[in-house]
Amino acid sequence: MLRQIEGSRAVAEAVACCRPEVVCAYPISPQTHIIEAVGAMVRSGELSPCEFINVESEFAALSVAIGASAAGARAYTATASQGLLFMVEAVYNAAGLGLPIVMTLANRAVGAPINIWNDHSDAMAVRDSGWVQLFAETNQEAADLHVQAFRLAEELSVPVMVCMDGFVLTHAVERVDVPDQPLVDAFLPPFEPRQVLDPDEPVSIGAMVGPEAFEEVRYLAHARQLAVLERIPAVADEFAELFGRRSGGLVSTYRTEDADIVVVALGSVLGTIKDAVDERRERGERIGVVGITSFRPFPRDAVRRALGRARSIVVVEKAFSIGFGGVLSTDVAMALQGLNPVVVTVVAGLGGRPITGASLDGVLVDAVEDRLPPLTFLDLDEDIVRRELERMAATRRSGPTAENVLRDIRSVAAGPV
Amino acid sequence: MPEPLPTADDPTDVDGRVHFYQVGSFAVGNRLLDRSLRTVQSDIGRTNSLDAGHRACRGCGEALGARYTLDAAMRAVEGRLVAVNATGCLEVFSTPYPESSWRIAWMHSLFGNAPAVATGVAAAMRVKGRSDVRVVAQAGDGGTVDIGFGCLSGMFERNDDVLFVCYDNEAYMNTGVQRSAATPPAARTATTEAFGLEPGAPFGQGKDLPRLAMAHGIPYVATATVADLHDLEAKVRRAMAIRGARYLHVLVPCPLGWGSEPGDTVKIARLAKETGLFPVFEAEGGKVTHAAQIRRREPVESYLRLQSRFRHLFGEHGRPDLVARIQAIADANIATYRLLEATADTTGGQS
Repeated sequence: MLRQIEGSRAVAEAVACCRPEVVCAYPISPQTHIIEAVGAMVRSGELSPCEFINVESEFAALSVAIGASAAGARAYTATASQGLLFMVEAVYNAAGLGLPIVMTLANRAVGAPINIWNDHSDAMAVRDSGWVQLFAETNQEAADLHVQAFRLAEELSVPVMVCMDGFVLTHAVERVDVPDQPLVDAFLPPFEPRQVLDPDEPVSIGAMVGPEAFEEVRYLAHARQLAVLERIPAVADEFAELFGRRSGGLVSTYRTEDADIVVVALGSVLGTIKDAVDERRERGERIGVVGITSFRPFPRDAVRRALGRARSIVVVEKAFSIGFGGVLSTDVAMALQGLNPVVVTVVAGLGGRPITGASLDGVLVDAVEDRLPPLTFLDLDEDIVRRELERMAATRRSGPTAENVLRDIRSVAAGPV
Repeated sequence: MPEPLPTADDPTDVDGRVHFYQVGSFAVGNRLLDRSLRTVQSDIGRTNSLDAGHRACRGCGEALGARYTLDAAMRAVEGRLVAVNATGCLEVFSTPYPESSWRIAWMHSLFGNAPAVATGVAAAMRVKGRSDVRVVAQAGDGGTVDIGFGCLSGMFERNDDVLFVCYDNEAYMNTGVQRSAATPPAARTATTEAFGLEPGAPFGQGKDLPRLAMAHGIPYVATATVADLHDLEAKVRRAMAIRGARYLHVLVPCPLGWGSEPGDTVKIARLAKETGLFPVFEAEGGKVTHAAQIRRREPVESYLRLQSRFRHLFGEHGRPDLVARIQAIADANIATYRLLEATADTTGGQS
C-alpha cells in the first residue's frame, strides 16, 4: 500500500518484514531513525522473535551481528560515516567469514572536518572489503533493496550493505509502497546458514590462514561476488514478478539508446540528473543516464553494454580519492577498456552541498561542447581555495584550514588572520 | 596433619595413610579423592576441548588454563557450549589452517571484539529457543584489558549471558612480549626494557580487571591460577551455574615472555598466589565473597627470581628498592583481600 512515509521508517518496516532475529543498534546520524523504529517494533512485539541490543560502539554493533550470524540468526544493523569507519575491522571480518549480515549505510561524509551531511566517502572507504554494496536511488528502492539484500546475502553467504543517501533519502517523506509481510515471506525463505556454531556439530570458524592458502581464500571471495553479480538481476526479476514493481538490478538506464553522452552516478542524485538531461533533450542533445545500483560487485559487462555507444562519459561522484580523483570513474573506465570514449569525473555534493539542476546543466553544456577537463569539482569556490593556499604559503602557522575558510565566507565572526 | 579439605568419605582408604597433597606442591592428589570430588581434568571422559597437537610453547600456561576451563565448562553445561576466542596466542596456536585443536564449537573473529561476538552468539541462541547452549568468550590479557575492554565493558554493563575468561600472561606474547596494561611493575618486556631509572614496566599503572569487572556489578567475578585445578574448576562450575555476565581471570605463566623454565609454570603460578601478588578470590554482585588463603607465605623474591623478566632486580646491580616496592604491593593485597586471616577458609577456594 502506498503511504506518505519517511525513508527511514520505510526501511525499518521493510527490514522488520524480513524478520531479523538479532538487531544491534548504535546511534549515528543519519541512520538513527531506522534503528529507533526497528527497536520500537521489537519493544511493542510487532517484530518477534527478535533480540534488539543497544551496544557501546559501531565496532560492537557489527561484532554482535557477526556472532549472531555465525550462530545462525538473521542479523541486521545500520550505520553511517564515522560509524562505518569505526567498525571497518569488523566489516572486513564479516565478509571474510562469509556471514550474510545486512547493514544499512545512510551515506554521510567522513571527517575531519566533521560533517553530518550526505556524500559517498563512507561507502567508498570499504568498497574493497568484500561486502556487496547496493545503492538506492529512491526510498522505494531503498525499502525494496533491503528485502533483496537478505535474499542475496543468505543465498550466497555474503554480507550486503544497502547504501541510501543520508538525509536526502533517510529523512525525506515521500510515497513508498512498503513491502507486505506475506509477499516478503514468499520471497525470503528462512535463513539456513552454510556453517553454524552448534554444539551438536562443532566446527572451528575463523582459523588462521597463511600464505599457503590465503590467495585461494581471497579468490573464492571474489568468485562469490561474481556469483552475486549473476544473481542480482534474477533476484530483481523475481522481486518484480512478486511485488509488481521493479527495484534493484545491476544498473538502471535512462534515455541511453541513442545517447552520445552518458552521465553515470550512484544513488539519489540520479533523479536530479535525469531532470537536467530531460531539459537538454528538449534541445535535441542526445544525453542519457546510467545509474549503478550494484557498485560492489561492479557490473563491468552491464556497464559496458549500457555505455558502449557513447562518445563521452561524465561520472558524477559524491566522493573522490584524494590525490587521484574519481573512484567510480576508474571502475567505469576499466569497464570500457578498448572502447576509448572520453571518461571525465565531476566531483559533486561533498559534505551535503546541494547538486543543483543549474550546476548540472552547466556540466552538460560543457560535456556537449567537449570542454570538461578530466576532473572537475562542481561549484568549487576557487576564490576561497586560492585565498587559503596563499595564506598557507605565506604563514607557516596559518591556522586550521576549516576555520579559515569559514571565516572567509563569513560563516563565523571575522577575526584577525 | 593434613589440612581440612573437601574430603573423600574415607580419606585413609589408600594404604591407611592420608596424603592429600602431592609432595611439595600443595596440589590435591586426585587419586586419593573420592571419585565425585576428583577434577574433570582427571576424568578419562573429559571433553579434551583443546586437544593435543596444538602449537603452544612448552610449558604454556594459557594452553593449560584454556583446557582446564573449557573442559570444566563443558562438564558443567553437559556439552551445550560455544566458545568465542579473541586473536592471540591461544587462537594462533590452536587453529593454524587447515588444523584445529578444538573439539568444541569455536569461533574467532577479531582481537578486540570477542565479548561482543559472544553477546551475538548468546542472543542468537536465545532468539532460537536454544538457551541451553551457553557461551564462553576467551582472550589473553591484551584482548581483555586493552583492545577488548570497550566491548567487554559493554557486555558486562548489559549483563549479557556470557562467561568471559581472561588468560592473563601479563603481556602481548604472541607479538613478541610487549607491555599490556596487565604487565606488572618492573617486568621487562620488549617495550619496557630493563634499563633506565625505573627499569621494566612502570609502577602505578595498569588495570586491575577483576576490580573493574566487580565495579560493573555483574553477578560473578573470580580469579584463579593454573596451579590450583580444583579451585579453577570449582569457579568455572559456579560461573556456569549463573546466568548473566561473568568474569574469570586466570593467571597463566608464559615461559617465553617471563623467561621461566617450562617445568616451573605451575610452580610460578602457585608462588604468585602464595606471595600475595595475585589474589585468588571470588566476588558476587560486586562484593568479595571468598579469598583463597595463603598457605605458606613466600616473599615476592622467590616468585621474581624464577623469571628472567625480573632479572635486573637482582645481582650486583640489582634494585632491592624496587623489590621492596613489589613486596609492598603483595602486602597491600594480603591486607585488602585478607589473605592471611586465621579464621578464614583454608580450602584454597573450594566450596
